Amino acid sequence: MSALNISLPGLELKNPIMPASGCFGFGREYSDLYDLSQLGAIMIKATTKDARFGNPTPRVAETSAGMLNAIGLQNPGLTKVVEEELPWLSQFDVPIIANVAGSMEEDYIEVAKEISQAPNVHALELNISCPNVKTGGIAFGTVPEIAQSLTKKVKEVSAVPVYVKLSPNVTNIVEMAKAVEQGGADGLTMINTLVGMRIDIKTGKPVIANKTGGLSGPAIKPVAIRMIHEVSQQVAIPIIGMGGVESAEDVIEYFYAGASAVAVGTMNFVDPFICPKIIAELPELIHSLGFDHISECTGRSWKTVEKLTHHRA
Amino acid sequence: MIKQELCQVIDQTEIATNIYELTVKGELVHEMKEPGQFVHLKVNNGISPLLRRPISIANINQDEETFTMIYRAEGKGTRLLATLQQGDLLDVLGPLGHGFPVEETEACDTALLVGGGIGVPPLYELSQRLTANGVKVIHVLGHQTKNAVFYEEEFKQLGPTFIATADGSYAYSGFVTDIIKNENITFDVLYTCGPTPMLRALEQEYRHKKVFLSLEERMGCGIGACFACVCHTAEDPTGVSYKKVCSDGPVFKAGEVVI
Ligand SMILES: Cc1cc2nc3c(=O)[nH]c(=O)nc-3n(C[C@H](O)[C@H](O)[C@H](O)COP(=O)(O)OP(=O)(O)OC[C@H]3O[C@@H](n4cnc5c(N)ncnc54)[C@H](O)[C@@H]3O)c2cc1C
Ligand SMILES: Cc1cc2nc3c(=O)[nH]c(=O)nc-3n(C[C@H](O)[C@H](O)[C@H](O)COP(=O)(O)O)c2cc1C
Ligand code: FES
Repeated sequence: MSALNISLPGLELKNPIMPASGCFGFGREYSDLYDLSQLGAIMIKATTKDARFGNPTPRVAETSAGMLNAIGLQNPGLTKVVEEELPWLSQFDVPIIANVAGSMEEDYIEVAKEISQAPNVHALELNISCPNVKTGGIAFGTVPEIAQSLTKKVKEVSAVPVYVKLSPNVTNIVEMAKAVEQGGADGLTMINTLVGMRIDIKTGKPVIANKTGGLSGPAIKPVAIRMIHEVSQQVAIPIIGMGGVESAEDVIEYFYAGASAVAVGTMNFVDPFICPKIIAELPELIHSLGFDHISECTGRSWKTVEKLTHHRA
Repeated sequence: MIKQELCQVIDQTEIATNIYELTVKGELVHEMKEPGQFVHLKVNNGISPLLRRPISIANINQDEETFTMIYRAEGKGTRLLATLQQGDLLDVLGPLGHGFPVEETEACDTALLVGGGIGVPPLYELSQRLTANGVKVIHVLGHQTKNAVFYEEEFKQLGPTFIATADGSYAYSGFVTDIIKNENITFDVLYTCGPTPMLRALEQEYRHKKVFLSLEERMGCGIGACFACVCHTAEDPTGVSYKKVCSDGPVFKAGEVVI
């Protein structure tokens, strides 16, 4: 019996490990390295209504134990993703979580409606960290009412469950989580990147052409763990955790914080085989900690002993 | 095919000030086809520095299963790389990208190879391949200063070699473009790798010629998945069409992408 299979809204996962959106493209490059069917799921690159080129380069900068990126949501657009990328991915026995982005509510709705009908798309991940052009560029994910309204509208048109990806660039993450839960979200994914900047001391200018970029990698893991710990105690919907995951131990830490599955982003760049490696290491680690199944780990950091299905370790 | 392998360090030598020649052994050498491809190196275990470093393949020895890189120890990652010693293991991902098309130059034709600074290394493998095909090669290599010059003798053995230093401390004073003009160098195909301003100048000057340029860009994954390293295509310079330096390049035909 597998110790790793997980059931979440819309998702029957062989294991709870999946590459994070934007860190795996549409899977083509990594498919040359290993069989993508090993993965629990794949979160594909953000898809917008129209194709986008994204930001000027440099788009990335290294930081201590992390990196900044300002790719600018480059993607081939809805039609190409639905007609080319998703059919190509259907050769693998792996559910796809489609990351949906936009700059207006209407864009999100259009993309969500169409992409959710693709047979291998089992869930949507709503990327609400994008600037909303109608409110002068304030990100959807920083105003609870706006995030809730967007969630509601996307839920109305989506053929599959909707996970909302929370931005950590907010004062009150629990308030955001509750707002989107009330908007009908089936689950949460968290966290997206933290806004940051690096300045080149030779030129005196920001390293990234866009000036600011999103911080990811091991540096942000404690922030993600804290936020999942807070949010998971306040909402009833499951959480897919992410932020600097680099080992099977990190996966357990995320579960203990309150996650039910985990995505790996930046570390795919450092070790392209990181996902299958973690999947291979998890069963032994789980057993050595005294569990029969990984689901027993969820929320262990805050659940009272009585509530835990398992007593040990 | 791209492979990840722990390669064994055979030799590491400082061949000019802060310039290191690093030779490693591994099976992935068999995958190295085109000169101008690169590898992505994890310079140490752990997360500091986090990202891999892209370094060109400068010389391939299939018989001994080794390849050589030449790099400048400058920042955090390359300075750590310089501490590796014989017998140490190095995490290599590669070979990556598409290199210089050797077949674009016919036997007896002349190829001009122009390199600037740390753009010089991939030209060494290229020059060996071209000369093996009976192509006449001429090298024009630019460096900052006298003690940054490397591989002058190695290149000379393959064909006429002109060196320029930006500060005039050795050989020609000035830019590689000055040498090409002043020496009246003529050629059929131009291959070049180096700083972007140099590539731009060459592309501009030799529009009517067959020119291949190797570009440099900040990278995340190095394999085409993260969209860190894209550039616009020349036919759609402000639109959505793009090329990735890591997987479509790093070598492009002049006029193919916006540099
Ligand atoms: C295809 C390709 C081939 C290259 N081949 C060579 C070579 O053969 N020899 C050589 O000396 N150098 C080469 N470079 C440049 C080399 O990658 C950088 O000098 C190196 O990454 C700098 O790392 P660092 O640790 O010294 O600097 P840091 O300042 O610590 O680097 C910080 C980050 O910026 C990136 N970075 C910094 N400078 C560059 C640059 N010029 N190009 C791309 N990324 C950069 C690093 O990879 C790292 O992610 C090549 C670059 C590319 C893209
Ligand atoms: C290069 C890069 C591109 C990303 N693109 C997206 C994206 O398109 N949509 C999205 O929701 N998140 C995107 N992210 C955020 C990641 O999915 C993830 O939430 C974040 O990087 C934290 O995980 P990590 O530390 O494991 O990378 C991107 C991250 C990186 C590093
Ligand atoms: S470095 Fe990731 S796409 Fe080129």
